[in-house]
Amino acid sequence: MILTEPVAPVTIETTVNGETVRAVVSPRQSLADFLRDDLGLTGTRIGCEHGVCGTCTVVFDGRTARSCLLLAVQADGATIETIEGATRSGRLASLQAAFRARSALQCGFCTAGVLLTAAEVIEEGVSDPTALRHALSGNLCRCTGYQAIVEAIAKVAAGTPHD
Amino acid sequence: MTEPVTIDAPVGVPLPTARSARLVNGAGRFVADARPAGGLEVAFVRSAHASARILSIDAAAARAMPGVAAVLTAADLAPILKSFRGTHGAFPDLVAPRQTALAADIVRWSGEPVALVLAASRAVAEDAAELVEIDYDPLPAVADPRAAVAEGAPAIHPEAPDNVALTLIHEKGDVDAAFAQAAHVAELAFSFGRVTGVPLETRGIVATYEAGERRLTVSMSHQCPHQMNVEFAGLLGLDVEKVRVSCLDVGGGFGVKQQLYGDELAVCAAAMLTGRPVRFIADRLESMVSDIHAREHVVTGRIAVDGEGRILAFDIDDLFAIGAYSQYPRSSAGEIRSVIGLAGAPYRFCAMRGRARVVFQNKPPSGHYRGVGHPIGCAVTEGLVDAGAAAAGIDPLEFRRINLLTAADLPYASPNGTTFPRLTFPQCLDALEKAVDLPAVHRDVAAGRAEGRCLGLGIVAFVEQTSRGSGFYGDGGVAVSSRDSCTIRLEPTGGLRCLSSVTEQGQGSEMGVTQIVAAAVGVPLERVEVVTGDTAATAQGGGTWGSRCLAIGGEAAWHAGRKLRTEILELAGSLLQADPATLRLMDGAIHDASGARMSLADLAVTAHYRPHAFGGRHPQLVQSADYSPLDGPFRAGSGFQLSLVEVDVELGSVKLLRHVVVHEAGRIVNPLLADEQIRGAVAQGLGSALFEELTFDAEGQPLATTLADYRLPEASDLPDIEVVHAKAPPIPGSALGAAGLGEAGTVGAAAAVFNAVNDALAPYGGRVSAMPLTMGRILAGLGRVKG
Repeated sequence: MILTEPVAPVTIETTVNGETVRAVVSPRQSLADFLRDDLGLTGTRIGCEHGVCGTCTVVFDGRTARSCLLLAVQADGATIETIEGATRSGRLASLQAAFRARSALQCGFCTAGVLLTAAEVIEEGVSDPTALRHALSGNLCRCTGYQAIVEAIAKVAAGTPHD
Repeated sequence: MTEPVTIDAPVGVPLPTARSARLVNGAGRFVADARPAGGLEVAFVRSAHASARILSIDAAAARAMPGVAAVLTAADLAPILKSFRGTHGAFPDLVAPRQTALAADIVRWSGEPVALVLAASRAVAEDAAELVEIDYDPLPAVADPRAAVAEGAPAIHPEAPDNVALTLIHEKGDVDAAFAQAAHVAELAFSFGRVTGVPLETRGIVATYEAGERRLTVSMSHQCPHQMNVEFAGLLGLDVEKVRVSCLDVGGGFGVKQQLYGDELAVCAAAMLTGRPVRFIADRLESMVSDIHAREHVVTGRIAVDGEGRILAFDIDDLFAIGAYSQYPRSSAGEIRSVIGLAGAPYRFCAMRGRARVVFQNKPPSGHYRGVGHPIGCAVTEGLVDAGAAAAGIDPLEFRRINLLTAADLPYASPNGTTFPRLTFPQCLDALEKAVDLPAVHRDVAAGRAEGRCLGLGIVAFVEQTSRGSGFYGDGGVAVSSRDSCTIRLEPTGGLRCLSSVTEQGQGSEMGVTQIVAAAVGVPLERVEVVTGDTAATAQGGGTWGSRCLAIGGEAAWHAGRKLRTEILELAGSLLQADPATLRLMDGAIHDASGARMSLADLAVTAHYRPHAFGGRHPQLVQSADYSPLDGPFRAGSGFQLSLVEVDVELGSVKLLRHVVVHEAGRIVNPLLADEQIRGAVAQGLGSALFEELTFDAEGQPLATTLADYRLPEASDLPDIEVVHAKAPPIPGSALGAAGLGEAGTVGAAAAVFNAVNDALAPYGGRVSAMPLTMGRILAGLGRVKG
């Protein structure tokens, strides 16, 4: 649709990385663009904008979600965590260290989305490499061939107590 | 001539990259992450037709939209922008029609940029792009390469009435006699689907122009910033030294970010015309129809074998479809040259005939993608070798053992026209047999087959030509550098800042340079900072292409480091009143026979702030070196790939059970990163073998423009990839003695799977000849559905 008439902006209030954000957004703005362009949280990458590659993954109300398929207006009242927040809180530290040590990233473009997905998968108790490969099927990586990613996650999963 | 030297740690040590420290935190800096103040965003109007004449462009409504600064067409850019042609001096017959940044009168592919909309935001620019009215007169389109060369096909360019851009004919030895006297002849047809690199970060560029100084500053996602600096200056009529191209973090390249693109050039021109910063970040949909495509080949081949199982000859006919234009600036000649020049490369044989035709079609330009021609040459060769072995009734690996080149054959002037000074197949075969219990694999396959499983094994040999010298592009009149440089500065605290012309897209070349400099000078790794990707900072150099960064840029770094070390020891000798020959620089300290005498930091601070302390000598504290392979056209890596597959004969699906790479490429600077380069490259080869294909309809309309339609390998599609390094001495002719290895995995991966699947289908009387090996093609190959 061609928007030749301005559409009234919408005021939203959302919690991003623990901070309350009040913002005025265009109804058609994606959550990914809002995070990157309006909040400067550029660690959320845009790889396809059609929900396939997973580089834009964020945690939305406690679950990973593709921020390119959500609109900023949908964030009203939501709690969002991006790679910046997850890094600051330290909850990804062991995964990040394992990814570095195992060279589970090359260009680093997919990495934020992979790490956030990996943390969720570990919380769900997945640790078997084959199951990890299936759990990661929504995150494309063009550089590594995935083996190092799977091994790094499996190592952290093995050291993570789970009940 | 320099010969390989002993090099200490951290060279040879598996270490993670330094830049991964920021990348894991999401703190990477990619071109899309910054917006210049006062800048304009770009959306392109791209052709919806694969072939049409532009009758008129009406941009009045788009220009009138609030927020739109300008709409530019080819006519607007023409006064400041030159056109370009992808020629090559070694191939004077190559038809390289002139191309403009935006299509001027005729569009030749669906997705070709026609107009550029500049607006306050990308969203507004896209809205306005929808309002640009282009009146097209559709022309007949040709998409299939066979249709393009058929009698009566419409000519895409008047300069090439038969749509053939170039025909390469190669013949050596008596091919007809070899086939006439052969005990066995096998013939196969192959076709390879069009693919593309798909770096997850799309192409992007920000251009800023300062009119008073005629200064253009560009930030872009690219593999070869110096090349782009020279090209932008030349095509925009600017001085090279007033143009600066810098690359921040680059989210994968794979050859996609190696060319000049009309849309990116148009962005620079738009910055000049508007006087405002202009930013273009490609979206995925336009990437799929504008990024360089690759590997669309239709090949037939024959192999002649004598009664003892010796290969006599190869005869290859290749049709390579390049889309609408010869790629610029490198031209579209390199791919077929690789296919012909690598046919039969691992083997001893006596005659070769090759014909390769480069054909135009109404599709996006097609050119370089990781491996450039190598994967085609390897798949065709190894497919024929398996067929030759089968015809001769010899086990495929045994057949290879009979025919593989050994040390006694080297240097080998192959009938394919390439001379190979150094290959290491005996060492690689030995390593393969040590790493893999091949008799057990054969037993498992036989046992599985006895249980009704459709299992197949493919083992292929491959050669990767890396680290190109200046003969191909330099002598061909193409401004692509085979050199790389390194400048190292000693900072006042004893740390080193290196300016290297290698570039980094994730492969680890920067880390490799860091390790080499630390070893060459004698400082701790963490005191070496390497700066890459900025033409205002680093000396001219080729950047990333053809598996060259470490073999060439690493060699430059070694020599620069040794020069700086020499100066440091001379300065230390002056302060310590010692003979510099008695001093050593280790771990950031200057030692004599009795132990550490002075820290490098103390020497550095003295040299920087009390230079009068050196008896009249001027401390330079900066040294540079440059390197290009002058001793040959390439350095070769050698290897094998093994693929074990299971085919579901009901579904036609392929499960990859095992993949092994055995590889040898001289000295390995960082085994961790080298292994991951090989794994990543294999994954891309497996993608082309099984999943990836840019499909088009007969009229040239693209059918795979999303990542849902163009299927990249997912984690669950791939097996672990076992990597084995065969042992051999460093490669003669340089201190480092390394070949490149970034493309090695891609070269043989698809060939191994292709042979494995055909091995699996053979007991069923089935055969496939077209990649990717989709379920439909496999069922057709089994005769279960119509092909």
